[in-house]
Amino acid sequence: MKTTALVTALLASAALAAPALAGKADDTLNIAWSGELPTLDRYYNTLREGIPVARLIWDSLLFKDPATREYKPLLAKSYTVVDALTVDFDLREGITFHNGEPFDADDVVYTFTYAADPDNGVLTQRNVNWIDRVEKLGPYSVRLILKAPTPAMLEYLSGPLVIYPNEYYAEVGPEGMGRAPVGTGPYRVTEVEPGRSITFVKNDGYFEGSPKGQPSIGTIVQRTIPDQNTQLAELMSGRLDWIWKVSADMAERLARVPAVTVANEETMRVGYLMFDASNRTGNASPVNDVRVRRAISHAIDRQTIVDTLVRGASQVVHSACHPEQFGCAQDVTRYAYDPDKARALLAEAGYPDGFAIDFHAYRNRPYAEAMMGYLNAVGIRPNLVYLKYATLRDQVYAGQIDFTFMTWGSYSLHDVSAITSHFFKATKDDYARDDDVIGWLETGDTSVDPAERRDAYAQALQRIADQAYWLPLFTYNVNYAFTNDLTFTPTADEIPRFYLASWK
Amino acid sequence: MTRFFVQRLGLALLVAVFVSLVSFLMLRAAGDPAIAIAGEGAAQADIENIRIQYGFDRPLVVQYADWLASALAGDLGRSTYFNATVAELLAERLPITLTLGLCALSFSIIVAVPLGVLAAVRPNSLLDRLALTIAVFGQALPNFWFALILIVLLSVQFPILPPSGNETWAHFVMPTIVLGYYSMPAIMRLTRTGMLQVLRADYIRTARAKGLDPLTVLFKHALRNAIIPVVSLSAVQFGYMLGGSVIIESIFALHGVGQLAWESISRADLPTVQAIVLVLAVLYVGLTLIGDLLNAWLDPRIRVA
Repeated sequence: MKTTALVTALLASAALAAPALAGKADDTLNIAWSGELPTLDRYYNTLREGIPVARLIWDSLLFKDPATREYKPLLAKSYTVVDALTVDFDLREGITFHNGEPFDADDVVYTFTYAADPDNGVLTQRNVNWIDRVEKLGPYSVRLILKAPTPAMLEYLSGPLVIYPNEYYAEVGPEGMGRAPVGTGPYRVTEVEPGRSITFVKNDGYFEGSPKGQPSIGTIVQRTIPDQNTQLAELMSGRLDWIWKVSADMAERLARVPAVTVANEETMRVGYLMFDASNRTGNASPVNDVRVRRAISHAIDRQTIVDTLVRGASQVVHSACHPEQFGCAQDVTRYAYDPDKARALLAEAGYPDGFAIDFHAYRNRPYAEAMMGYLNAVGIRPNLVYLKYATLRDQVYAGQIDFTFMTWGSYSLHDVSAITSHFFKATKDDYARDDDVIGWLETGDTSVDPAERRDAYAQALQRIADQAYWLPLFTYNVNYAFTNDLTFTPTADEIPRFYLASWK
Repeated sequence: MTRFFVQRLGLALLVAVFVSLVSFLMLRAAGDPAIAIAGEGAAQADIENIRIQYGFDRPLVVQYADWLASALAGDLGRSTYFNATVAELLAERLPITLTLGLCALSFSIIVAVPLGVLAAVRPNSLLDRLALTIAVFGQALPNFWFALILIVLLSVQFPILPPSGNETWAHFVMPTIVLGYYSMPAIMRLTRTGMLQVLRADYIRTARAKGLDPLTVLFKHALRNAIIPVVSLSAVQFGYMLGGSVIIESIFALHGVGQLAWESISRADLPTVQAIVLVLAVLYVGLTLIGDLLNAWLDPRIRVA
């Protein structure tokens, strides 16, 4: 860790002197990230970076304005909610796919029918499993029929559900689409070197009046560079124009480099401590006792962790959801940092000398260690069990975990159903098993009346906070670093919009 | 000789199968591949679906036997993460790793053998000390750190080499130095020790007494005998380099098998990991065999025995 920090320091100091030669000169935006995209087919890829790539290549029926969060028609011209289970769409005319295929109702019917068919094994079923069927009403109009009322429907229709060209996809399938994608979006893909690089070229025929806006930069080249220090070196030597997920300490040093802009934006990801409140493990753990859970909640100084470690735009959260999500009630029980109160609660629960407990975590080890320090201070002796995500999640599902530090990104959905309902509705993730909470969440998830939903969620969230089933910790943030020549605005949904980037 | 070959090949196959079994079990113990494929934060139903779709719900024995049977028939299967067959992935990436390994080994030998010889000629001299210092540094320096220092120097401070990618020969210069430097100490020390022993031998004294050119004595008479253990070591070092390339390839974004191994392990892409382990195990055993054969060629005594 120390050696890496030293190298970072060296890199930053070297960069102070080095001139940046950005891609502005040849109108090519060079970007990089760590993970290899397994495929470009949006429906068979769960890597985060697949989302910004999909937004370049394809369009969905609707578009969510990142600033106002308003849903606007994109490939649809307009839409009508006929009833809770029926939505009609009028589609735009005169749009063509990158391969020249015209866009019409058949493409929408084909794409949704394909994606909703479980046999096709789309990787994220929750994006599509609410679709019952799609009917063609005319050459440019379709009817979408839902299985059940789906409050988050507009989120899906404006996000993951991109529209494919029916003839091309029927011919090449997921494998062909993954290597040579074709869409209607602002950029078309001209070259894919699997896992290594993707070249995008501006779609000059991108339709007028798209709420996404018109693309500006001529070419975008994405490269996969696993090591963050190497990314940094590439940025410094002018061979890259944009990187993201830069660590907090590196971002601080980078901010002093004149040729580089560092931007920070909050994300939908929330960190939390999960307690086995219902004794699902059968271990008779101290955290079965609400007084112990409250004691832990008072013992940890979340604000200091945010200020010193998480930094950026992050904030402490008190409710078991992201404050920006619909239904995330904020007037719930709060646990101020108060070690004396924590000790008193522990004594009251029968642990005047504290206790030892396994504390699980899978990411952000420094945050976990900071929390352990606070727990030690009130007499609790946590034993850190640091695991890979898949392993920890396995154990959580199997009901083997008493106490763990986890995070959740809600698929960037601005709705409480994507987090609170996921964890507290008697799912495998649910260690609270509170029947009232389950009932309230069910009401919130199925009602189409926003006021009723808000009320139901508020009740559930207040109970979760009062009983300290979770200790919500803080929101996460992302650091972006890019050349000064670039105009780029990060958004809170953690989806970089390269089609809006331009040169200064 | 044929019998020797067949025996070694059979052994190689056994080693490979055993290694693949161990890696298969260890990967399963490390976590549910379905969760890894579904991605962080996937819904429970999605994970269940994937488990059935990829056959992870079958007993471990069945899954392993199934894979082994196909692998023996030449079908390494399809990657569960990448949009490609495992054979395609390997065909694309193995040449990069082999190129890097060969470059690094050549670099290592070209620098380390002469240094070792010179150190032996003048033991305990300044030159010997210098060679020892280089060796100690090579042994002690973590290679990722060395890699980053080189990047800072040669890509940022004096931008003469590209820090990442594999498009041109220039992209291979820094990875070659880093990976090669790592095995230099062993090769150099072994050359030095071998030379010191040989130079004390009677036949060298005879050769010198005959008035032969000192360089001929050194390189033709002495080195040929001193280098025999170095040849075996180099073959083994090459094997280590293929393993060590995981870190180096990640740092320099070379997209070879090393990086593929890292990526597929973290994505629990079992067919790919298993194929990589199998290929590396076969290569490793093959290299040892080549080392033995080279030794036989260099040393007639081994050939006769």
